[in-house]
Amino acid sequence: MKLVMIKYNAGNTRSLQYALRRLGVEPLITDDAEEILTADKIIFPGVGEASSAMKYLKSKQLDQVITQVKQPFLGICLGMQLMCTHSEENDTPCLGIFDEAVKLFKSNDSSIKIPQIGWNTIGDLKSNLFNGIAENSHCYFVHSYYAHIGEHTIATTDYCSPYSAALNRNNFYGVQFHPEKSAVVGEKIIENFINEDLICR
Amino acid sequence: MLTKRIIPCLDIKNGRTVKGTNFVDLRDAGDPVELAALYAAQGADELVFLDITATNEKRKTLAELVDRIAQRINIPFTVGGGISSVEDVRLLLDHGADKISINTSAFKNPNLIDQLAAEFGSQCVVLAIDTKQHDDGEWYVYLNGGRVATETRCLDWAIEGVKRGAGEILLTSMDHDGTKAGFAKEITGLVSAHVGVPIIASGGGGEPKHFAAILDGIADAALAASVFHFGEISIPDLKHYLDEQNIPMRLNY
Repeated sequence: MKLVMIKYNAGNTRSLQYALRRLGVEPLITDDAEEILTADKIIFPGVGEASSAMKYLKSKQLDQVITQVKQPFLGICLGMQLMCTHSEENDTPCLGIFDEAVKLFKSNDSSIKIPQIGWNTIGDLKSNLFNGIAENSHCYFVHSYYAHIGEHTIATTDYCSPYSAALNRNNFYGVQFHPEKSAVVGEKIIENFINEDLICR
Repeated sequence: MLTKRIIPCLDIKNGRTVKGTNFVDLRDAGDPVELAALYAAQGADELVFLDITATNEKRKTLAELVDRIAQRINIPFTVGGGISSVEDVRLLLDHGADKISINTSAFKNPNLIDQLAAEFGSQCVVLAIDTKQHDDGEWYVYLNGGRVATETRCLDWAIEGVKRGAGEILLTSMDHDGTKAGFAKEITGLVSAHVGVPIIASGGGGEPKHFAAILDGIADAALAASVFHFGEISIPDLKHYLDEQNIPMRLNY
């Protein structure tokens, strides 16, 4: 199993690397197009800001590499958001893999804190990625921007309003939460990504 | 639904966990990594590691410890103590910390908050504030682990910190810390009502009902140390109790 984690300027790669290692997989962390395109599975992590991340991806032509990928590909948090069409975060055009735009949470209720930080439930689970995961399991979220529910939604959650906790189109998967920080539920999701024969919808 | 968080705090000195009563009289409560793994397995929602002696001893980082923690545990954790620069933070985040907390250094150089938020995002910047109520009824900011008083009101500093980019406030009432008589509802509620980011209440949690009182409409998370370290409150029992009190909790882990 050659698992590549894409290296760019929106990291938090260490936790993910260790989470994979706990599952017996040593990821190759690289920004090399050849390595990415020959991987068995690819993870696109992300903690950071959308416009600087996109700028960096373009400077390395990783935007073109990512959209060419045919293998199972998993974006996490900002990684998932960058796979959408556009992000409201600094008005950033994104990769356009998922047909959803990314918006800033808005609430008239001042008790709703932004960013959302903490454990929220995931439901309406519709993918092999969630095999063995119970409806309304808790995952760890840290974010201020979100994607609406649409045709590519494979899991939903609710903060301010219902939104996409995970998206899937063909070989491309994205999760808004951090599986690498979501205790045993997250470990199972990463394990599914590694082991499941992820079928294109 | 977003749940409220229970956060054990591991105060670190010389690589071991310690917890003082009112910040003095330190006691030794074990290896931080072992304790962290135990708490994660018991359902702790997050962990905080604070090097309480860092400011005075000028210890720069806990990078090695952070790396060991990241290898072992699968829940988020925050690291604080002696952090005073963008480079300090980069090192800790690179070693696997999810968030960092800043306290005295941010007060002395508020620009640090702006720099960290711009460089790493607000989501990883926790502003820790130690506060104490004076005879005039106002709550004031204290520095250096509570040893140095300031004339700045806690609420004013919290509002400024969030404006500059802090993504969370970790608020410790020195009047309540170590007393096991309950969290500081008044100041925590005041800060929570005036800032738009999550508030972690700290200091005074001695019984499950104290956690219910502070999490019910006041704080987003509750932090405690010695009651967990010495087994006076078990995390699974606490979370089941809070669930029964209709506080949203993560119970399946």
